[in-house]
Amino acid sequence: MSMDRREFLKFIGLAGLGLGIGASATGWIFSRGLEASEYIPPPGALTAKRWAMVVDLSKFKTEEDYQRVIDACHKIHNVPDFGNPKDEIKWIWTDTYEHTFPGQENKFLPKEFEEKPFFLLCNHCDNAPCVRVCPTKATFKRSDGITMQDYHRCIGCRFCMAACPYGARSFNWRDPRPFIKEIDPTYPTRTKGVVEKCTYCVERLAKGLQPKCVEVSNGGLIFGDLADPNSEVRRILNTHFSLRRKAELGTGPSVFYIIGGEEDV
Amino acid sequence: MFEKALVGSRRYWTLVFVLLGIIGIGFLVYLKQLSYGLGITGMSRDVSWGFYISQFTFLVGVAASAVMLVIPYYLHNYKKFSKIIILGEFLAVSAVTMCILFIFVDMGQPMRIMNVLLHPTPNSILFWDSVVLSGYLLLNIVIGWTTLQAEWKDAPPPKWVKPLVYLSIPWAISIHTVTAFIYAGLPGRHFWLSAIMAARFLASAFASGPALLILLALLLRKYTKFDPGREPILAVSKIVAYAMTANVFFLLLELFTALYSGIPGHRHSFEYLFLGLEGHGKLVPLMWISVFLALGALFLLIIPTTRRHEKTLTWACIMVFISLWIDKGFGLVIGGFVPNPFEKVFEYWPTLPEFIISIAVWAVGFLILTVLYKIVISVRESVGPGEPAH
Repeated sequence: MSMDRREFLKFIGLAGLGLGIGASATGWIFSRGLEASEYIPPPGALTAKRWAMVVDLSKFKTEEDYQRVIDACHKIHNVPDFGNPKDEIKWIWTDTYEHTFPGQENKFLPKEFEEKPFFLLCNHCDNAPCVRVCPTKATFKRSDGITMQDYHRCIGCRFCMAACPYGARSFNWRDPRPFIKEIDPTYPTRTKGVVEKCTYCVERLAKGLQPKCVEVSNGGLIFGDLADPNSEVRRILNTHFSLRRKAELGTGPSVFYIIGGEEDV
Repeated sequence: MFEKALVGSRRYWTLVFVLLGIIGIGFLVYLKQLSYGLGITGMSRDVSWGFYISQFTFLVGVAASAVMLVIPYYLHNYKKFSKIIILGEFLAVSAVTMCILFIFVDMGQPMRIMNVLLHPTPNSILFWDSVVLSGYLLLNIVIGWTTLQAEWKDAPPPKWVKPLVYLSIPWAISIHTVTAFIYAGLPGRHFWLSAIMAARFLASAFASGPALLILLALLLRKYTKFDPGREPILAVSKIVAYAMTANVFFLLLELFTALYSGIPGHRHSFEYLFLGLEGHGKLVPLMWISVFLALGALFLLIIPTTRRHEKTLTWACIMVFISLWIDKGFGLVIGGFVPNPFEKVFEYWPTLPEFIISIAVWAVGFLILTVLYKIVISVRESVGPGEPAH
C-alpha cells in the first residue's frame, strides 16, 4: 500500500483523533468523581461498619403486632396503597414460611409454623445483585452496608427488580401521590417510573434514631452493627440459631431470622 | 443515493403511508403511556419485564443474523451471496433500531436515558448492551451504505470497509451474547441461570433471522425486479435448517437438566410454560403452538425435497419465525418471572396499549427496511444486471 504525504498526514491526524477520543472515553468511564456512597454522616448520627437486622418472630403474636410495624414504615415513607397486587408498592410485608424460604418447606412442620407470618424486607446484601446490574449507579452501596436507591437518577429500567432474588423492590407503575393516605412532608414522595424499597431508614439513622419498624416492634426487630462483637445483634446471633433467606446464592443478606421457642437470653 | 427513496411506485408510497399511520397511532398511545406511566401495560411487581423487553430480546437475534451472510461471503468467498448480503446488513439496521426503541418505550423515566452514558457503569450488563448495540447499528449503516454506494458508482468499495466488515463478525456475536448475559447472570432466576443461554440465543437468532431474510427476498422478487437467485436462497435455507436443529437441541438440553434433576426452582418455569402451574397457564397454548411449529419446520427443512421446493420452504420459514418469536419474544422473558421469588404464580398478559405501541415499533423497523430496500433495488436497477463489483 503506497501513501503520499497528504494521505499520510490525514492518517496520522485521524489516528491521533481516534486515540484521543478513546483515551478520554476510557478515562471518563473509569474515573471516579465524588460518589453518593462516600456520604459522611452528620454528628449525632447512628453509625456502623455493617448494619444488620434480626427478626425475632417469637415476639410477634397477633396480627396487630405485624400490622403496626408495616403501617408505621409505610406511613412515614409515603408508601402508596393502590389496593391491587399489580401496582403494589411495599417496603416491609409478611408472608408464610413456605414463601419466605422457598425450597426449605417441610410438610411436617408444626401447625403454628405453617401459618406464622414472616417479615419480608430488603436484605441489604453484602454482594447485592441489584447494585451489580444497575446501569446508572442509581442503586448503590453505602460504606455501612445499606443498599440505597437514588430516585432522581433511576431511569426505570427495572433490571434491579429482575436481579433481586428477594422480590424486595417495587416500581411506581403510575403516579403514587394520589394513593398516599396522608402525605408526610418530612419524607419525599416518589414520581412514576422509578424503583423504591426499604432503606433501613437512613433518614432516621442520620438523626440518631433507630429504623421506624424497629422502634415500634416491641423488641421483635433488633438493629445493630454486625461488625461490632458487642452489639445486640451479634449477642443474639451468638446465642440463637438464625436463618437467612436464600443465603446459598452468595448475596450475603443482612436480615437474620430467629424462629423463637428458645428462652430469652 | 437517498433520493432514490423519494421516488417510487404507488405501491411503495401506499406501504410507506400505511406504516406511517400505524406509527402515528402508536405514538399517540405512547404519549398516553408517558403521562399515565408503565401501569398502562400488563407488567406488575412480579412480572416486571414484559412484551417490550421480549421483543427487544428477539430482535437482537434478528439483527445478529446478518453475520450468517457475512461469514460465507467475506470469509469463505462465497460470491453467490453478493446480491443479498446488503439485505442482511440493512435488516440488521432495522432490527437494532427496533431494539433501541423497545428499550426506550420500556423505560420508566425515558428522559433520563442519557444517565446510562453520564454515569457509565461497567459492571452493568445493560451498559455493555447499549455500547454493543449502538456500535453494531453504526457498523451496519456504514458498511451497508458504503458498499451500496460503491455498487452505484460501479467501483470497488473503499479499502477501509473490509476491516469494518471483519469487525462486524465478532460484534454480531457479541450483541446477542451480551443480551443473553442480561438474563444468564441473575442469581435466583433459575429459568435464566443457564450457561447455555447465550448459545441458545445465537442458535435461535441464526434460524429466525435468515428465515426472515428468505421471506423478505422472496417478497422482493414477487413485487420488484429484484431476483435473489435460487442458489443463495437454498444456501440460506441450509443455514436455517442447521441453526433451527441446534436451537431445538439446546432447548432439549435445558429441559433435561431441569426435569431430570427435579430441582423445583429449575422445573417450575418450564411447568408453568408448558403445563401450567397451580391452575395458571395463560402461556400454555402459545408454547405448544411454538413446539408444533418448530417440529413442523424441522421436518420441512431437514427433508431435502421440501427444503428445495420454494413453497414448502416458504412455509418452513414462516413456521420457524413464528415459533421462535413465541419462544423468545414471549415465553423466555415471562417464564423467568413466573413463579416469582416467593414461589408464587402471578401471571402476565400484555394490554391493548402495550400491544399497539409494540406494533408501532415494528412498523418503524419495517419502514426503515422498506426505505433501505427501496434504495437497494433502485440502485440495482440503475446499474443494470450483473454481479456487483465488490
